[in-house]
Amino acid sequence: MAAVHGDVHGHGHDDHHPSGIMRWVTTTNHKDIGSMYLWFSFTMFLIGGFLAMGIRAELYQPGIQILEPELFNQFTTLHGLIMVFGAIMPAFVGFANWQVPIMIGAPDMAFARMNNWSFWLLPVAGTLLVGSFFAPGGAAAGGWTFYPPLSTQGGIGVDLMIFAVHILGASSIMGSINIITTILNMRAPGMTLMKMPMFVWTWLITAYLLVLVMPVLAGVVTMLLTDRHFGTSFFNAAGGGDPVMFQHIFWFFGHPEVYIMILPAFGIVSEIIPTFSRKPLFGYSSMVYATASIAILSCIVWAHHMFTAGMPAIGQLFFMYATMLIAVPTGVKVFNWTATMWRGSMSFETPMLFAIGFIFLFVIGGLSGVICAIVPIDIQVQDTYYVIAHFHYVLVSGALFSLFAGAYYWIPKWTGRMYNETLGKWHFWLSMFFFNLTFFVQHFLGLAGMPRRIPDYNLQFADFNMISSIGAFGFGLTQLLFLYIMINCIRGGEKAPEKPWDGATTLEWTHLPTPAPYHSFEKPPVLK
Amino acid sequence: MRSKSVVTLAGVSALALYSSMAVGKYNFPEPQSIIAKDIYDQHLMLLWVCLAIFVGVFGVMFYSVLKHRKSLGYKAANFHHSTTVEIIWTVIPCLILIFMAYPATKTVIAMKDTSSPDMTIKATGYQWMWGYDYLQGEGEGISFFSKLSTPRAQVENKETKGENYLLEVDNRVVVPVGKKVRVILTANDVLHAWWVPALGIKQDAIPGFIRDTWFTADRPGIYRGQCAELCGKDHGFMPIVVEVMEADEYSKWAAAQLSTSTVKTSMHIENK
Repeated sequence: MAAVHGDVHGHGHDDHHPSGIMRWVTTTNHKDIGSMYLWFSFTMFLIGGFLAMGIRAELYQPGIQILEPELFNQFTTLHGLIMVFGAIMPAFVGFANWQVPIMIGAPDMAFARMNNWSFWLLPVAGTLLVGSFFAPGGAAAGGWTFYPPLSTQGGIGVDLMIFAVHILGASSIMGSINIITTILNMRAPGMTLMKMPMFVWTWLITAYLLVLVMPVLAGVVTMLLTDRHFGTSFFNAAGGGDPVMFQHIFWFFGHPEVYIMILPAFGIVSEIIPTFSRKPLFGYSSMVYATASIAILSCIVWAHHMFTAGMPAIGQLFFMYATMLIAVPTGVKVFNWTATMWRGSMSFETPMLFAIGFIFLFVIGGLSGVICAIVPIDIQVQDTYYVIAHFHYVLVSGALFSLFAGAYYWIPKWTGRMYNETLGKWHFWLSMFFFNLTFFVQHFLGLAGMPRRIPDYNLQFADFNMISSIGAFGFGLTQLLFLYIMINCIRGGEKAPEKPWDGATTLEWTHLPTPAPYHSFEKPPVLK
Repeated sequence: MRSKSVVTLAGVSALALYSSMAVGKYNFPEPQSIIAKDIYDQHLMLLWVCLAIFVGVFGVMFYSVLKHRKSLGYKAANFHHSTTVEIIWTVIPCLILIFMAYPATKTVIAMKDTSSPDMTIKATGYQWMWGYDYLQGEGEGISFFSKLSTPRAQVENKETKGENYLLEVDNRVVVPVGKKVRVILTANDVLHAWWVPALGIKQDAIPGFIRDTWFTADRPGIYRGQCAELCGKDHGFMPIVVEVMEADEYSKWAAAQLSTSTVKTSMHIENK
């Protein structure tokens, strides 16, 4: 514990930055930018959540009550886009901004001004997405995957969405280049690649995936834009194009995107499990290799989203085998976490609860993923509520739970204050309960034959839909508790001890005071 | 206490999984074709395999959660690596996957075999209805549209909803029992998907392109499905209803249709 104050800048460096709003507009500090990313993503999370509540309210009972079909489709489309591009992805970039420099002993991100720019693009894109509801004809309504020809039919809302995706893509690419450069060039002397914390490793690999696939997304939305307005026929059979080509290009981006949202989650959990087990991570190097294998495999499985689009048997078989193969490195990770916990000395503070909840529910999502990989079964469950249940198990109880875990874990370091542990545990258990209430029954809905993206359904689906809606309302309300806990912590939480988690071993806990100073590691720390 | 509720939760999910195998409402509809039967059986088998893996992994993890606690004074061990163990838990999942992939591969090949059908029907997706043309086999030349027949008042909650709410059409697709039916799919405007769960088929209908699939219905009956690819405002309102008849009944139906179908065919042309 004595090493806690290892290297603090004791040389009177002033934090002379503008105050008020200009501090945030002009800041180049990775901690300020990280905070802004997190607040932005939480705001978008609430907006996306509001849309989800609208969807579940309409589906509470059969018949059309609240949302007309056209508006319902806008809600589902924007719910998906906002949650993926507005909430989950920026939240992980926020964590990277805060944590990567202080975990590798760097003073800041490599490109500080570009960092500011990649953040400030986001509110513009967010405004375009949310504002598109008020455009003539309403927001895009072709699903978050915006398949043509349906998406060529939409109004100006679709164009606003395309511009928003362009801007978000630019922001992501800049953020990724920044993260890659920071990690490769700014590690403290002695921190070799294979000594980096797992969170840093997962983000390094994620950033490479982003640089690889975001330009593909930008390309495909540009092709859609020119199809819509400039007379091209990329996706129009009448002009020699092919609507299925869109799906191939989109999912070449879209499947790695799934792992972009889950690899940093693996990283956060891989930090938290060892800390609260008071035992080093089991199989560090195999964790790194598993992460890299998942990233590589994720680039050759895209067509498993398209088994019903029609492709040769040999194509279906290739994509089925490749997809199933991903279960192997993913399994290795789960086994490693279990082995880390095995014979540890565990305690169960809120971050640990969310991390264990993550593993538990992510594995359910992983198992239903293997089932979806089997072509004949996928033909039945594709585009049904089974798939909805599957990907919410990996994205909500996967990505989102890990974000909660990370927020509780690092908030003492960020603010110097402790969150309310009792309320944190309430937040976990309520989330756990309502999440499962919402999504577990959706497996049954899908198996029984309820398609996704429909505003109304046959009476046989009525009871499970009602249960699911009640769960969703509960889950939504529970997240306001999270907001309360965080504000309460920042405003007037108890002062955090220098090292609130005695099992933590990474640099931000061992070499920096709590809270982390505005400028940290101006001189690189000395590693053993 | 807390871990107890987690264990309870695990128990409840396991129970739910188990009950899903027993009751129709929690599973695929009763299969009515060879392919649907294959899918049904493979899904059940995989569910058991997944359940076993689930119980195995979380059995170990929750034992650890219960026993290896700081509050019980448990002292942490310090191991962090074992190549042997890592190899074992890489190889075993691979073997399980091969076991899963083998029957699926056979079914995929069977599903793709649309050769030598007894009859061929073309289904065309429109915003928002289906058009059917009997192209080959008994009933060749029959052509009609098939639209939702649920009254608007039921959707708007002004009337009581019927049993087949949103799953009923004005003109059903009629096919004979035990005959291999090849379905050719295309669309007129945007993507649609032709899905009949009990028959085990779902295939996207793509404007400007032709896709095909097949089924052989085992028993007479009425099988209902829905469009499964988002196609705009009324995506939720374009069901598919297949009526499977005995061979002689089908012949009667086909003859009756052919004598009146001229009107519908001309309507078809007009639409184009």
